[in-house]
Amino acid sequence: MKLPALNTPLRDLSEVDRREFFKAGGAVATVALSSGVTLMAFGGEASANADPGKRWGMLIDVNKCTSDCNACVTACSKENGWSAEEGSETDAQWIRKVDLTHKQTGREVSLPMMCQHCEDAPCVDVCPTEASFKRPDGIVLVDKHACIGCRFCMMACPYKARSFIHEPLTDQKSNAPRGQGTVESCTLCVHRVDAGGQPACVDACGTTGNGAMLFGDLNDPESDISKALKKFNSIGLRDDLRLNPGVRYSNL
Amino acid sequence: MDRAVYREMKLTPAVWGIAAVLGALIAAAGLAVLYIEHHGHVVTGMTNQIVWGLPHVFAIFLIVAASGALNVASIASVFGKIENKPMARFSGLLSLALLAGGLAVLVLDLGRPDRLLVTLTHANFKSIFAWNIYLYSGFFAVVGAYIYVQMARGMDPAVVKKVGTAAFVWRLALTTGTGSIFGWLVARPGYDAAIMAPMFIVMSFSFGLAFFLLTISLLYKLSGRYIGPNLVKRLGRLLGIFAAGVLYFSAVRHLTNLYAAEHWDVESFILFSGGFYTQLFWIGQVLIGGVIPMLLLFKHTDGANRGNVLIASVLIIIGGFAHIYGIVIGGQAFPLEIFPNYTASSSFFDGQINGYTPTLLEWALGLGGVAVTLLLTGLGVVALRILAMNLSDRNIDPEDVDF
Repeated sequence: MKLPALNTPLRDLSEVDRREFFKAGGAVATVALSSGVTLMAFGGEASANADPGKRWGMLIDVNKCTSDCNACVTACSKENGWSAEEGSETDAQWIRKVDLTHKQTGREVSLPMMCQHCEDAPCVDVCPTEASFKRPDGIVLVDKHACIGCRFCMMACPYKARSFIHEPLTDQKSNAPRGQGTVESCTLCVHRVDAGGQPACVDACGTTGNGAMLFGDLNDPESDISKALKKFNSIGLRDDLRLNPGVRYSNL
Repeated sequence: MDRAVYREMKLTPAVWGIAAVLGALIAAAGLAVLYIEHHGHVVTGMTNQIVWGLPHVFAIFLIVAASGALNVASIASVFGKIENKPMARFSGLLSLALLAGGLAVLVLDLGRPDRLLVTLTHANFKSIFAWNIYLYSGFFAVVGAYIYVQMARGMDPAVVKKVGTAAFVWRLALTTGTGSIFGWLVARPGYDAAIMAPMFIVMSFSFGLAFFLLTISLLYKLSGRYIGPNLVKRLGRLLGIFAAGVLYFSAVRHLTNLYAAEHWDVESFILFSGGFYTQLFWIGQVLIGGVIPMLLLFKHTDGANRGNVLIASVLIIIGGFAHIYGIVIGGQAFPLEIFPNYTASSSFFDGQINGYTPTLLEWALGLGGVAVTLLLTGLGVVALRILAMNLSDRNIDPEDVDF
């Protein structure tokens, strides 16, 4: 299957818009979490930026993704300021590469796993404080001000997409608020999306990776992702749960 | 029947000694919490794989036991067993103390316990956790009222019965809520079973009554008061039935899972190949927590004598702890099945059995919760007229068939 080419000019546009976005500080809530660290919080403001007419999603062509490529993970880590030491059981991982071998056929594939941004997200359902929430455009986020660190969402997520911050943090990115004792996961690079761009992993996959990831508006029948989804077979992970994830995989 | 006379327990040196030990345990738990909150949960054994650890096992055990400890009072007020009436006040007090101890552990293990008030300002009523906050708070109010109407002078017995019935219904709802925390987790193969809610109710009957029997025996020994052997025997027999009930629900839970091919892997892990978790199930839950106590309690030669009842109570608590450990930790140790028919591997431990070794900090926090329960119970019986001066066998209805 051949997915449509990525829209690379969009990336440059996003760089400009992002700068403008941050200049308009009123669009985000800020809070000093510790001395010298001021972070944006995902709260009602993050939802206010969402276009309810859109549903952001991603299509990943597993045939194009290779086991030796880690471009999406590296890009996400750099963009959002998290890092995971090899073998650490407590470090956060917003996105990871999973290598799979079919039990009966022996077929080997590799794919990126991250928050699947479900339409009926279990993490949102179980969160007692509404800290886990879904924006009108389908992006699932954690409000770092409301998260009490109960980890019920981590128990409820079928994709192991969430991480708990086990240690004090330093050198955070202003676009990716994080806090010790709270839960976090892939934000679909909401700061880039709101500025008209696309997630860092998708960008990296298109430039230094294998072009296996396609991002776009699932509600727009003219978008590249909608056309590809209409043309080619794809699945959502754990489709049996009927969560309608925003991330779909083809050739799996 | 004998007229029940209630008196505060005297503060003897032995009572002070126990209070000092409990105080030290609570202080240790406090220090553990401060240490964890300062350094983050990295200093515990919990990880991004085992996200709920030993503190949750303690907390859930105490919360489940809390509703069960109310049994003795419910049997008196709702089901009219007159011999239980002199123990009803203590039953209510112990249930509140157990809930307080369990909630203390649960809350202090949060990543951000300082934000607890957010649960009241931002409630998501689709979350069973949010519901539980109200079920737990309501339990304090309802059982508090229940103790009050029992202790108030000249209270109409009909009122006591009504409030007692409300408390009974509430405790059923509360344990349904606690079981549903796991029953409604559709993502994990080790949970996702509606039977969790009723199973938790039977577990609460059993663990709560065992805890009740041990604490009331200790307090009566400390205060030199009398408990009739037949009363202990009858409660012991009831405990045996509850222990059998827990085994029955566990059997149904696992057999139902074994019927569905999709659950074979997780069942095989718990029942056969899970190493520590398999031992926990067969030796801890089934043998120590079920079969041996039942043999002790249903032995007909000398009946369920006091010694047997107390030993069985200890075993049921150990087995109950193993049971909850198996549910909470065992359910997380088994990996999520995101990709059926594939073997998975990743830097985030996909497809692997997850290990967990609790640290001393987690033990300190959990034991601190137990100490909170016991200290609150002690404070209650020292400050209030909770304990009857004697629990005579003469209160047992002679018409009542001894089972």
